Amino acid sequence: MSTTRAEAGTAGPAGTSGTASPATDAAAPSPARSRTGLRTGAWAVGLGILLVASVVVAVTIGPAGLSPADVWASVLAHLGIGEPTLTPLRDGIVWELRMPRVLAAAAVGAGLALCGAVMQALTRNPLADPYLLGLSSGASVGAVVVIVLGVGLLLPFAAFAGALVALAATLAIANAAGALTPTRTVLAGLAVSSVFGAITSLVIFWSATGDSYREILNWLLGSLAGADWTSVAIAGGAIVLIGAPLLASARTLDAFAFGDTAASALGVHVGRSRALLLVGTALLTGALVAVSGAIGFVGLILPHAVRLLVGSRHRALLPLSALAGAIFLVWADTIARTLFDPRELPVGIVTALVGGPVFAVLMLRNRGLR
Amino acid sequence: MSDEHGVDALHADRVRFTRGRRLIIDDVDCTVPGSSVGALLGPNGAGKSTLLHLVAGVERADAGTARLGVRDLAALRRRDRARVIALAEQEVQDVPGLRVAEVVALGRTPYLGAFAGPGDLDRAVVRRCLEDADLVELADREYDTLSGGERQRVNLARALAQEPELLLLDEPTNHLDVRAQLTMLGLLRELAHGGLTVLAALHDLSLAAGYADHVIVLASGRVVAAGEPRRVLTPGLIRDVWGVEAQVLEHPSTGRPLIAYSEVSGVQAPDRTDDRAAGRTGDRPGARVGERVDEQA
Repeated sequence: MSTTRAEAGTAGPAGTSGTASPATDAAAPSPARSRTGLRTGAWAVGLGILLVASVVVAVTIGPAGLSPADVWASVLAHLGIGEPTLTPLRDGIVWELRMPRVLAAAAVGAGLALCGAVMQALTRNPLADPYLLGLSSGASVGAVVVIVLGVGLLLPFAAFAGALVALAATLAIANAAGALTPTRTVLAGLAVSSVFGAITSLVIFWSATGDSYREILNWLLGSLAGADWTSVAIAGGAIVLIGAPLLASARTLDAFAFGDTAASALGVHVGRSRALLLVGTALLTGALVAVSGAIGFVGLILPHAVRLLVGSRHRALLPLSALAGAIFLVWADTIARTLFDPRELPVGIVTALVGGPVFAVLMLRNRGLR
Repeated sequence: MSDEHGVDALHADRVRFTRGRRLIIDDVDCTVPGSSVGALLGPNGAGKSTLLHLVAGVERADAGTARLGVRDLAALRRRDRARVIALAEQEVQDVPGLRVAEVVALGRTPYLGAFAGPGDLDRAVVRRCLEDADLVELADREYDTLSGGERQRVNLARALAQEPELLLLDEPTNHLDVRAQLTMLGLLRELAHGGLTVLAALHDLSLAAGYADHVIVLASGRVVAAGEPRRVLTPGLIRDVWGVEAQVLEHPSTGRPLIAYSEVSGVQAPDRTDDRAAGRTGDRPGARVGERVDEQA
């Protein structure tokens, strides 16, 4: 084609002359591309280091006066690499209380950010987020009902079913009202999450024997107070099992940027891909909510922040959003459990304090939103 | 079936498509010879975009086939089809956060696996397409910051990055100033001479007559005339299909047909709102075209 181009400069009726000159050494990789690749890699390494450091430091924060060295010692001892140096009590604080909680926060944060990024691409809606579209509330209902019925094993699956029902309801309501515009989708999500939030509260209130208000708050606003190693296994397992296929869909998500027709013309199976990926986000949201309740805005904030750093290509956006989400929720949860120590703030209050303003800024930035 | 360079022609054969209960495309037969520029003409609502979507496999026809040479396009796997046919839509929508080079790289989607990144070949193709569409200087710009004409060129470059044999374009000259329109069509003609088969939906009849090797006129979902521009674009056809009086002149320097409109036809401007209903009884604008010029059979 380059040869055609060269001839065209003279022969063409409206030749765009002057373009063929620096053209011919086309095999040289574009500097722009490798620059973005390098930058993405640098951010990945940077955020990865920051995540590990955040986990270690977050574990030390709180009563008991632990140091990062204590944390390392405990972790190494439990991995069978070093000798235990901490007293059993202090070791228990690190390994049985704080480490699972911090790791669960990291996994939930990573998963929510991943879900948000995927949903934003699939619905071409910058305001999409598992919480705003009602998935988290739906998942809470599923989780709470199963807990009341006493079949704890089914917890993640019930939460998934709840998330899926809520997602279907939101999309159906938004779609029935006309085209699936961002505003309609968010409004439908508001309606759905209000109803599912109310159902969650009702079920807890009806069945509760103890502090039902606290319980309700934890589900509606999210809390990692009860996180243990099982929680880490559920959230972490979901990230591995569902996160991997989502990451593998980066190219497909990119193709959605210009709309369904363009995606289809690029060889994407539009209907099937969208359905599968949305079910994937519902599945992941279900597993996360089963662990933490409905934590809002993580899926909204982090993908947008990461887009500012590395742009919209999902091969970079998805993994970096996950890393950023993990770091964000580790710190949000650390604030939630220490700010009014010994009382705990539901972590969703911290994320909403950041997320609400971000939501407003996004609305202002996307004036074309309908 | 294929031209002297072995480039396959596009054949649509009795293609029919209904949306809801509306018949949008009604038994369309048409051909675009290999490595030529075909222009798809017709008033708004004639079904131009839909026909392009059917050929591209974005929509599925209810009946009929579209073939490239001997290959039935509907039988190809979606991904394989995207390596043979590319569709450049007219877009003005905002797509935040993507740079021009990244948008063009989307054209490599049908060639890339799930995990492997773009290889040297992919990068080379993207670079060449940026050059072909005269976008090298804009490669690092954000797509959102481009003018309408620049976006049209990016859309073209993205389609070219699919390395198609057949390039479909939906009104590629919309939002373009005169110079950009001529540049775009000149480029399409060069690409066609280089071995690409092009089919573009166009509004401007003179532009189509000036650049296309072959025109297909669609009215109410039917082909009413097709063939060489000079033979197809007659005052009678223009009156019947578009409802305007026009004279067809000869361009003083290129010798190509030049359409000079004078006024809206007084009697019976074609009714575009319910011409589909009318079409069932044969009283459609296109049906009055006496002689169907079709030299492709």
